[in-house]
Amino acid sequence: MSESSGDTPQLELRGITKEYPGCLANDHIDLKIMPGEIHALLGENGAGKSTLVKIIYGVLEADEGEIRWMGEPIEINNPQMARKTGIGMVFQHFSLFEAMTVTENIALGMSGRQNMKELESRIVEISNAYGLPLDPQRQVHTLSVGEKQRIEIVRCLLQNPKLLIMDEPTSVLTPQEAEKMFETLRRLSSEGVSILYISHKLDEIKALCHKATILRGGKYISECDPTQETAKSLAEMMIGTNLTPPEHHEGGDQGPVRLKVRNLSIDAEAEFGIDLIGINFEVRGGEILGIAGVAGNGQIELLAALSGESLSRETEAVRLDDKPIGRMGPNDRRNLGLAFVPEDRLGHGSVPEMKLTDNAFLSGFSRKQLLKGGFINAGATADYAQEIVDKFDVRTPGIDHTAGSLSGGNLQKFIVGREVLQEPEVIIVAHPTWGVDAGAAAAIHQTLIDLADNGTAVLVVSQDLDELFAISNRIAVISEGRLSTSRPIHEISIEEIGLMMGGTHGMGETDGDTGGAAHVA
Amino acid sequence: MAGFDWIVPVILTMITAATPLVFAGIGELITEKSGVLNLGVEGMMLVGAVTGFITATVTGNYFLAVLAAAFAGSVMAFLFGVLTLSLMANQVATGLALTLFGVGLSALMGQEFVGMPVDPLDKLYISGLTDIPYIGPIIFGQDGLVYLSFAVVAAVSWFLYKTKAGLILRAVGDSHDAAHSIGYSVIGIRYLAVMFGGAMSGIGGAYLSLAYTPMWAENMTAGRGWIALALIVFATWKPGLVLIGAYMFGGITILQLHAQAAGLDVPSQVLSMLPYVATVLVLVLISKDQSRIRKHAPACIGKIFHPAA
Repeated sequence: MSESSGDTPQLELRGITKEYPGCLANDHIDLKIMPGEIHALLGENGAGKSTLVKIIYGVLEADEGEIRWMGEPIEINNPQMARKTGIGMVFQHFSLFEAMTVTENIALGMSGRQNMKELESRIVEISNAYGLPLDPQRQVHTLSVGEKQRIEIVRCLLQNPKLLIMDEPTSVLTPQEAEKMFETLRRLSSEGVSILYISHKLDEIKALCHKATILRGGKYISECDPTQETAKSLAEMMIGTNLTPPEHHEGGDQGPVRLKVRNLSIDAEAEFGIDLIGINFEVRGGEILGIAGVAGNGQIELLAALSGESLSRETEAVRLDDKPIGRMGPNDRRNLGLAFVPEDRLGHGSVPEMKLTDNAFLSGFSRKQLLKGGFINAGATADYAQEIVDKFDVRTPGIDHTAGSLSGGNLQKFIVGREVLQEPEVIIVAHPTWGVDAGAAAAIHQTLIDLADNGTAVLVVSQDLDELFAISNRIAVISEGRLSTSRPIHEISIEEIGLMMGGTHGMGETDGDTGGAAHVA
Repeated sequence: MAGFDWIVPVILTMITAATPLVFAGIGELITEKSGVLNLGVEGMMLVGAVTGFITATVTGNYFLAVLAAAFAGSVMAFLFGVLTLSLMANQVATGLALTLFGVGLSALMGQEFVGMPVDPLDKLYISGLTDIPYIGPIIFGQDGLVYLSFAVVAAVSWFLYKTKAGLILRAVGDSHDAAHSIGYSVIGIRYLAVMFGGAMSGIGGAYLSLAYTPMWAENMTAGRGWIALALIVFATWKPGLVLIGAYMFGGITILQLHAQAAGLDVPSQVLSMLPYVATVLVLVLISKDQSRIRKHAPACIGKIFHPAA
């Protein structure tokens, strides 16, 4: 790894501490990264990873502690200073400007003046050299997520960084795109660039990283060599307890078709939205159908079409227990037994400023009969909310607290519980464990499996292939608004799914090839 | 040729009617491009108009008067900035309040000056060129602010699309979170943009009280600030179209005046409504094509920026 610099670390953190009101986000954290080392930062949500890298990149200031760069103490007060020092960062939620071109976006992330023409040719040069093809003239909103990430990486590389920080870079990539990115990272490492790699995908870390630092609850737990650990041992260091994987059920005794979608085509309403093209699938009682896909391939539109937020042209396009519901609104569908857990917990799945009781009422009032003569039955609503909290282990001081005050995992348990207790015929769940810690994720997975075992048809839309393989009976892939035929999980591998997810935006491939073949699968 | 003699005065008055809209519109365009919606244009114009008028009558120096109007407009805008950017008040409500405040403040400031005459702004005269029939007085016979308005539109266009600073301004309006995480001072940039908008509104107001009708009267902007706001949507946030739009609205305003003077058999109130009816119609037509609007509209407009972690 390190060729020249001996044993002076590229970056060293000593006792970094950052406190927010009521929360110690970083508690005396130490970290050492050698030149050319790929160093993983591991931890659950809320472990303090993001806070720590924001301190390194100068977005936040530490309350206490010292940052050393090549052995010398330095102060990084803002991102410009970090970039000047030689630190580049690829953000988890991209820091890109959708209405601008690739070149403009890159110019914005660089200090000083640029000649646009020169910059363009340097972009082409760098992106070709590292196998990250980019068209500098394209508007960002026309690009796939993988391409957007390339912009961020190229933007960093143009400034010849000594340290590259990557915050969960593969969460939006197909396995093939991720593998290409690893090649780029390994090459950078061999050129002496240090990489701080944040992820909670343990297999990735084992395959890529030389060292790993584990954080838990804002504290430094340990440093280890991930190649010497198993995924299970790493996970247990992360969460501090033993993990029990969800119990898989047998898919043998499946009931009748409960949700049936035939030839569903909808033109996207939002700009930059994806049109749905001839979607066909069905879900039987007792089974879990997983829909995989890279974000922005029509998931939002499909979920809206199923929940009733956007209506189909023909009412026959969507059938629930053989009743056509394609032109019914969300409330009518709920009455028939369709439950829905949207992707966005705050704002779509719940009203953050409202109490848990109110949030329970809003979705459950008709199925749970919480209305009395047109008025809210406060007692019954409170009982219902309390039942959710008790049965699904929602950690909250009380049901009178607002939805927004709950942590992501707890709120997700509340929302899933709220829908499950309505005894749905069909439940549609989007990204059930996105941003949820491992403990809550396991509980949510078990809930969905139990629900299916009781005869409900479960549809799960997710980007997380490990999750889909853990709970689904069958998997289909959505790509550019088209849905593949579904395949039982024992007949298909993660690699095949990954190829199908890639669609026409596969890294290193020109538009058009492989995508077409993949759709047929 | 005698039959066309009326054309030159019509075009000349059209230019004077359009110029305040150009200034106010281009200023608000910069404000909105940075992601801030300032509905206080009308108020800032009025304060600019009265400040310019007072300075002109007291000092007799028109250059100073225009500067004072710009300064007064940007002070109003700074106030708006403090409320919405630093104290994070709702931009719509604050903008409306700024307009009401401007109406009252300008009336108070101008109490002593109502009805006072002042010489209109000097017009350019180049012997020979200005004497060319028809185009001479139109191209070479305007006052300085008219030429300045064209220069400002060209400068803003160049700034927005050819300079790094303009790129940063657009970026802040497109995604303030991304701009913040890259390390740009969202609030600082927005302050500058809002104050530029105020200064331009102030000059637009001063044009009314120093050139269009060289006098001060309460509420003399008569809704032009609102037309300037509508202009930006009409122009889909493009500087060149703001200019064209301003001349279109200016033209309609003048045509109805001339139609009244010609004794057209339509109630004068109906004719006075024309510019505003045109505003509404154009907005409806433009709004039909949402994608065109979204392409140039700043995505963060009106959203409050919390510089949280």
